[in-house]
Amino acid sequence: MKRKAFIQTKQCVACGCCMKVCPRSAITIPNGVSAQVDLQRCVGCGKCAAACPASIIELSEVSNETQTLV
Amino acid sequence: MKRKHWYDYLWVISSLYLILGFFNILFAWLGLLCFFIPLLISLFSGTKAYCNRYCGRGQLFGILGEKLKLSRNKPMPNWLKSHWFRYAFLAFFLVMFGQMLYTTWLVFSGVTDLKQVVTLLWSFRLPWSWAYTTPVAPWVAQFAFGFYSVMLTSTILGLILMLLYKPRAWCVVCPMGSMTQLVCKGKCAIKNQK
Repeated sequence: MKRKAFIQTKQCVACGCCMKVCPRSAITIPNGVSAQVDLQRCVGCGKCAAACPASIIELSEVSNETQTLV
Repeated sequence: MKRKHWYDYLWVISSLYLILGFFNILFAWLGLLCFFIPLLISLFSGTKAYCNRYCGRGQLFGILGEKLKLSRNKPMPNWLKSHWFRYAFLAFFLVMFGQMLYTTWLVFSGVTDLKQVVTLLWSFRLPWSWAYTTPVAPWVAQFAFGFYSVMLTSTILGLILMLLYKPRAWCVVCPMGSMTQLVCKGKCAIKNQK
C-alpha cells in the first residue's frame, strides 16, 4: 500500500499551484481544465495537497495493483 | 528544489505596477496586459499557462503567504469555493468592469467630468489627483483611474483571502482564472466533439 494524491477534478480551478510544488513533476493540467496526477510518478509527499488553495487534493492509500491500472 | 525560470520573477512586475499607480495613474493602462494575455493564451493555446506560470499576482500572494508566512493557511469555507459563488463573482466583476467602461464613455462624450478618484471595493472613493501629472484626454485618464481601482480592489481582496485562508486563495475566485478556465473547457468540449 502506498499513498497517492487524488484530485476532485470537478472542483479544480486549474490554477497550477499543485503542479508548481510537485517535486516529481507528476501533475499536469491538460487543456487547462483541471489538474491530473500521474500515479506512477506520485510519491504521496502531500506537497500538492498543502498548496492547493481550494483544498481539494486528498492523499489516499492505494494498492500496488490499482497503481498499475491507472 | 526546482530550477527558477524568468517567469518566476513576474511578481516584481505586478508589485511595480501597483506602486507606479501611486505616482502616475496612466501606468494603470498597462494592466490591460493582465486582461488580454490570459485570454489570448487560453483562446489560442487552450491552456491556463498564464495562471500556471506567468501570473505575477499569484506569485506575489504565494511569496507573502508562504515565504513570509503571513497566511493562516486554513481551508476556504465551502460557499466561497463553490461554483455558484465563483461564477456569480465573475458576473459581478464583469458588470463592475462594464460600469467602469460606461463611466469612461460618459467622460469621452462630455456628459460628465473626469473624477480624479480611485474607488476601492466599489464603495470607498479616495482622492488620487496627485497621481494625475501628465495631461492627457480626460477619458484616457478616467479609464486609468477606473482600471487602477479594479486592480487595487482585486489586490486588496486577494490579500484578505491570502491572510485568512491559503496563500493563493484568490486564484479560486479570480475572475480572470474563471474566464480562462471557461474558455479552456469550451475549447476542450469542442475538440472532443470532433
